[in-house]
Amino acid sequence: MALLEVRDLTVVFQRKGEEPFRAVDGVSFDVEPGQTVGLVGESGCGKSVTSLAIMGLLPKRGAKVTGTVSYDGTDLLKLSDREMRDRRGRDLGMVFQDPLSSLNPVVPIGLQVTEVLERHRGMPRKEAMIEAKNLLDKVGIPDPNRRLKEYPHQLSGGMRQRALIAIALACRPKLLIADEPTTALDVTIQAQILTVMKELVQDLGTALVMITHDLGVVAGLCDEVNVLYAGKVVEKAMRHPLFSEPRHPYTHGLLASIPRLDAARGEKLTPIKGSVSDNIPWAQGCAFAPRCPNALDVCVQVTPAEEDQLGRLLRCHNPVVPGTPAAEEVPV
Amino acid sequence: MTLGVSKKEKIDDLAESAGVSLAASAWKRLRRSPVFLIGAVIIGIFIVVSLLSPWLAPHNPSDPMLIDQVVKARNEIPPPQPGHPLGGDLQGRDFLSRLLVGSQQTLIVGVGATLIGLTGGLILGTLAGALGGWVDSTVMRLVDVMLSLPSLLLAFSIAAMFAKPSQFTVILAVAIVQIPVFARLLRGSMLAQRHSDHVLAATALGVKKGAIVFRHMLPNSLSPVIVQSTLVLATAIIEAAALSFLGLGNPDDRIPEWGQMLGDVQNVFDTHPHLAAYPAICIIIVALGFTLMGETLREALDPKNRR
Repeated sequence: MALLEVRDLTVVFQRKGEEPFRAVDGVSFDVEPGQTVGLVGESGCGKSVTSLAIMGLLPKRGAKVTGTVSYDGTDLLKLSDREMRDRRGRDLGMVFQDPLSSLNPVVPIGLQVTEVLERHRGMPRKEAMIEAKNLLDKVGIPDPNRRLKEYPHQLSGGMRQRALIAIALACRPKLLIADEPTTALDVTIQAQILTVMKELVQDLGTALVMITHDLGVVAGLCDEVNVLYAGKVVEKAMRHPLFSEPRHPYTHGLLASIPRLDAARGEKLTPIKGSVSDNIPWAQGCAFAPRCPNALDVCVQVTPAEEDQLGRLLRCHNPVVPGTPAAEEVPV
Repeated sequence: MTLGVSKKEKIDDLAESAGVSLAASAWKRLRRSPVFLIGAVIIGIFIVVSLLSPWLAPHNPSDPMLIDQVVKARNEIPPPQPGHPLGGDLQGRDFLSRLLVGSQQTLIVGVGATLIGLTGGLILGTLAGALGGWVDSTVMRLVDVMLSLPSLLLAFSIAAMFAKPSQFTVILAVAIVQIPVFARLLRGSMLAQRHSDHVLAATALGVKKGAIVFRHMLPNSLSPVIVQSTLVLATAIIEAAALSFLGLGNPDDRIPEWGQMLGDVQNVFDTHPHLAAYPAICIIIVALGFTLMGETLREALDPKNRR
């Protein structure tokens, strides 16, 4: 049995007098112990909402979460608030996108690390401080004794994210969810943070759910990748087959849109046409159809089912044939 | 050392160090601000005078030592004379001494009312901001009702409810009027904190609700409230003076109070305007001092002005 089994997770946001909005629409995936699973997609496809739903952090009012999220056999969605609070930080850790705003500006770093240790591992403050120092050491923060006493604004962006990773891993959770942990950092720091995460995940045997829109991160870190579009998984594959042979036109487009350093001079970028808001409801067909170069008539009439096609799970009526070059060139 | 003690110590030095960065940058700007310095000097002098007034005052403020002049000249008010630079009041008491000692009452009322109001506001604001839902609605409707009444009128009504007016009833009346101001302000900044990333991050770590409120939300919400309290000091002083002026203050006039001194001389204002002018000027200057300080403090602590 997998460590985390997400089945048919659906999140519907409902406000009085407004159409309900399905942010996440029947997402299913498994995370094995020690495995790294990526959730990829552009802004607004439901990546972050999925992670918040797993952690039980969506507001009780206005967000309806259905499906099951079973962690080690228990359905997290059925737990009471108190039980869930006991598990957060201990069994499931989370790292957020913006390291500055995710740290409390008026509390020294040390206290923010020890807070979790005291809460979940019942350590006395002194012992927790020593452990906190070790943790900062482990995530590669130099001079941890000094940093423990400093405030978030005194640390650099990379160090803040390292500190957050240390806090998230303080209680050795079996599962870590990282919600775009490198987005707010500059590229050199991104690489360092990813290395730290990779090493820690390997050392501690932590399973990692990596949420990102950065395919570079996916290529460097993930074992399995779920590509999300408009709240549904459209393609699920292991890393290598996904990158070498993307089958869903959306995945294909995402990969084709990455600028290449070795491209000929003057070669145009190949974006995916339109934007995420140009979609049709899944109930009426494929949400990606309006932007899809491969769209057929059937795509706007029948919802594509998630099928085991071509060695992977795919939700498409007309998948990309391997070897197809990047989609048609669109003038920028 | 027990865990409880060490925790308390930590929280204490946490509270101390909490403001360091913000306070340091604010102080840097305050030192350069002449307006702040003027306010600070006024308040400094005021506090020193009121603390030392028993020794500074040349005479006993409640001793009718010039009563002979009042009686002989048929209610004549003793004019300035050697030993009594400001003359005497209606009962022949040394006016300068009364003015000096009166600053004590003003300080007590101002600080007392602000502290009580602040405490009440902190409790209500924290409840509303932290719990939300019906608690928030109830508290905020109550606050709306109180704020819909003119504050002075509300203070009069509260002071008038007490059968025996005393200095404490004045403090209480003024304090209650300030509670909604603090409560609304704190609730607003708590709400902003509730949806902040670091509170979400703390929740994601399983931090308990109490710790989230008191360690993560409250300390980050306090700076507007602190600024407001310096401004409220000025309001409190003026409102307390107004209550005394209208006779809702301490009836015992042996303890001088500026507002009450103003009220006492209403009937002789056209012949002896100086008796009203001195306490009035004192009230205005002190209120101005607190306002100047509060305003500059607000500007200095405003994150938008930070560089």
